[in-house]
Amino acid sequence: MTAATGIGARVLRTEDKRFLTGTGRYVDDLPLARATYAYFLRSPHAHAKITSIDISAAAKMPGVVNIFTGKDLVDAKVGGLICGWVVKDKHGQPHKAPAHPVMAVDTVRYVGDTVAMIVANSYDEAKDAAEAIKVDYDVKSATIDLATALDKGATEVHPEAPGNLIYDWEIGVKADVDAAFAKAAHVTKLDLVNNRLIPNAMEPRAAAAEYDKGTGNYTLWSTSQNPHVLRLILSAFVLGIPEHKLRVVAPDVGGGFGSKIFCYADETMVCWAASRVGRPIKWTAERSESFQTDCHGRDHVTHAELALDKDGKFLALKVETIANMGAYLSTFSTAVPTYLYATLLAGQYTTPLIYANVKAALTHTAPVDAYRGAGRPEATFVIESIVSKAAAEMKIDAAELRRMNFIPSTAFPYQTPVALQYDSGNYPPIIDEAMKIADYKGFEARRVEAKSRGKLRGIGFSSYIEACGLAPSQVVGSLGAGVGQWESAQIKFNPTGNVQVMTGAHSHGQGHETTFAQLIHDKLGVPMDQIEIVHGDTATTPFGMGTYGSRSLAVGGSAIVKATEKIIAKGKKVAAHLMEASVADVEFENGTFKVAGTDKSVPLAQVVFAAYVPHNYPHADTEPGMDENAFYDPANFVYPAGTQICELEIDPETGTTEIVAFTAIDDFGNIINPMIVEGQVHGGIVQGVGQALMEGAVYDKGTGQLISGSYMDYTMPRADNFPSFKLGYKTTPCPHNPLGVKGCGEAGAIASPAAVMNAIHNALAPIGVKHVEMPATPLNVWQSIQGAQRQAAE
Amino acid sequence: MYDFAYHRPKSVADAIGLLKSKPEARAMSGGMTLIPTLKQRLARPSDVVDLGGVKELAGIKVEGNNVVVGGMTRHADVATSADVKAAIPALAYLAGHIGDPQVRNRGTIGGSVANNDPAADYPGAVVALNATVSTNTRKIAADDFFKGLFETALGEGELITGISFPKAEKAAYVKFPNPASRYAMVGVFVAKTAAGVRVAVTGAGATVFRVKAMEEALAKNFSSAAIKDIKIPADGLNSDIHGSAEYRAHLVGVMARRAVDAANK
Repeated sequence: MTAATGIGARVLRTEDKRFLTGTGRYVDDLPLARATYAYFLRSPHAHAKITSIDISAAAKMPGVVNIFTGKDLVDAKVGGLICGWVVKDKHGQPHKAPAHPVMAVDTVRYVGDTVAMIVANSYDEAKDAAEAIKVDYDVKSATIDLATALDKGATEVHPEAPGNLIYDWEIGVKADVDAAFAKAAHVTKLDLVNNRLIPNAMEPRAAAAEYDKGTGNYTLWSTSQNPHVLRLILSAFVLGIPEHKLRVVAPDVGGGFGSKIFCYADETMVCWAASRVGRPIKWTAERSESFQTDCHGRDHVTHAELALDKDGKFLALKVETIANMGAYLSTFSTAVPTYLYATLLAGQYTTPLIYANVKAALTHTAPVDAYRGAGRPEATFVIESIVSKAAAEMKIDAAELRRMNFIPSTAFPYQTPVALQYDSGNYPPIIDEAMKIADYKGFEARRVEAKSRGKLRGIGFSSYIEACGLAPSQVVGSLGAGVGQWESAQIKFNPTGNVQVMTGAHSHGQGHETTFAQLIHDKLGVPMDQIEIVHGDTATTPFGMGTYGSRSLAVGGSAIVKATEKIIAKGKKVAAHLMEASVADVEFENGTFKVAGTDKSVPLAQVVFAAYVPHNYPHADTEPGMDENAFYDPANFVYPAGTQICELEIDPETGTTEIVAFTAIDDFGNIINPMIVEGQVHGGIVQGVGQALMEGAVYDKGTGQLISGSYMDYTMPRADNFPSFKLGYKTTPCPHNPLGVKGCGEAGAIASPAAVMNAIHNALAPIGVKHVEMPATPLNVWQSIQGAQRQAAE
Repeated sequence: MYDFAYHRPKSVADAIGLLKSKPEARAMSGGMTLIPTLKQRLARPSDVVDLGGVKELAGIKVEGNNVVVGGMTRHADVATSADVKAAIPALAYLAGHIGDPQVRNRGTIGGSVANNDPAADYPGAVVALNATVSTNTRKIAADDFFKGLFETALGEGELITGISFPKAEKAAYVKFPNPASRYAMVGVFVAKTAAGVRVAVTGAGATVFRVKAMEEALAKNFSSAAIKDIKIPADGLNSDIHGSAEYRAHLVGVMARRAVDAANK
């Protein structure tokens, strides 16, 4: 197709017109007649028994329409929220599944746990009434610190999970790994904390619901990344509203990063209460509510050991992790530190033996679930940190040690010892290109020059792999997933030749309306302005699994391609009839059907028109209309890979880190829109650097109060924290999806924390600093330097 | 926020009248602290007296050896004022680095100084330059103005009408921003004026304070080398997740040296 708008073109995002001119339509923008407004009273305590809730004064406040508490849900037999992935522990037993009431009944388990819902004529009136609700709490001791959550005597979060243990899970054969360690020439050991993060989507979570008494239909508008899955959960498990009586709409959504995958208490309540109140209900989280109640990410405590032979060849890897689940199991929480984490521990390397043990622990903190990368950033951080540490200990160049252990390009498909089979890849040219662009050879000279200015300069590598494009349904089903992970598409031509494409994926910043239109344009030759991508509404789109895990293009895009193939196949029959030719002789190219070897042709638009006005039509074997559906279930995950190189300078007087150069070379398979891919990589790197240098959820270890509960104390990365990134690509197309694509949404965030921290350690090693935890804030770095200086003085 | 009555007087006299007649009234200048506080329901004034309409309070003028900045002058106006840049470039620099453009176009010098947030920038300049704070009733020397955490010498019904800054022979402000909020975690204003050398520290303690040992050393030798061995005690300094008291004490030294170097440039 024309290079300007087809696959591979840097097409400006069509959705940006409305986003940049303030005409996007978000949940909060909905004009709902006679709307009421909800406010949720949240627990101020990390752990307490509720001895009484008195709503009598609040109920009489001006404008109050209704007040609900957990008891109302019990009386109405509303189900609890669910965890949709059953992980079996090392004894084959399913994970402990503590009850997750939509609103607290007699116990609150984290600061922010939902206690009451106040519905009023205005938001301020609801909030006023909330202040008049009297809740008597019997405050109990709380388990906040993850490292000690599983210790004997730690306060239990739920009686169903003795000792706060959700599961004790493993992968690999420990005895084999231990045997390899016994023969190792060198063992590198590493203790690390993968810091807890708060997602901070630009648009806070919001919900609105309306109940139609005449039809019994509910409509729920939600800031969801996967409206069909939300509907399924609410229908089948929580509210019992039949699926066909519940429409879930996720309109424009301002960012999710995973935090909007899950089914939350507040949106559930808004939906449930709409029929009780008899008027529409609207709710939008305040920013401080987002901090307290959005599912948080990461939060691991890990010990890892890498065994190497005398030349630096990896022999075995052993990893022990405690993963924080928070106070309740969120929708996909159990899968994140197991199947999305430990299965990635081979990285880009031929490590023949890997054993990982993961214990999931409850704490009196907000639930923890998938956050951009979900498990894979944690895995990459373990591998890439320990590899760089081993290189430093064995005095082998960090790039050389990696190269020596890369899976060779001839070994694909490559079966790792931790379940995954990598489909394709070629890692050495990626690191070569990254080193060239980063001028790795010139680094020592730059380090010396920086030192003359009093700065400590460091360089760090991170060679990541990820499994995304979630996911082959049969595989995830065998691992405990409660859903399939295919994707759907519907291509519906209108009689005048323009087309609506319904996708089960959801765009909340990814630019699907542009990328998917490019696919249609490329495959069917329809001009871009004649294509509309429709998503986010269960009433108008086929059942789909939504957007997460870098899956929309690899899985959703593949479903679109399959649907275009059906359109072309049907179009050929119609075109053959119109051109009085045999179907076998009809070819389709550039939007036109042609009879091979002749000058006969008919454009797609004419074929579409004939299909809707079938006066001259092959009725015998062809239905009228041009409207095709496709479902695509991937044969495997996709495996993007790449190398990032971070170069930074530390001011040892203040502990401040400045990133001076950042290079990322990726293999994303084929690329549809390089501009959108760059945007994804930029955002991902920024989020990963945020984790490495700035972000960290801090709870008071005694009271469980969220100290980092606003932007006054939670450091978000900003544009002026970054240099211009240097990006590049080395492509090996994915062999098992029709586009040859691999996914790019999470890569930046997966790789960058290790690149940054390896550079920090590289910069600080000359002055004796051994280990710095994330986030490497100025205070943290300064204290590490002070510690090293004290040690040196002793 | 809770309900309140809103007033927009046109003169200082009317503003004072309103504030005195309503015991629970609060004056609002730029609103950069008050409005978020109201939105979070952390304050419940009966009345808000918006000083935005009091034209006589805004503006910058040079009076002899002093630059006088009206209480309602926005940070952006101080930052871009040719008079301020010519007389005390460090003051223009400070104003240009408060908050973000939105804050600088709303926030005022009088509001900032009256609020006396421990992490505010202006108190450093007021004390280091030995400025005089004028109110509707009196003149207050900088050293007598800042009393403690969010506490000043201002009495009930007293408004800052202007602040008079003596011109400086040399001056500079260097701050270490809190990584999250970018407020001053430690800000050091160093000034050499006709009255001598002053070193004022903001952000590190409950309120702005002077470092006399540095002032004495710099009076003899105005160079960063002169203060390199002066240690600031950590006792009583602020401590939070972004900076321990020890770290802040250390940063006072670093920022002071950098400020002296900048002032000498």
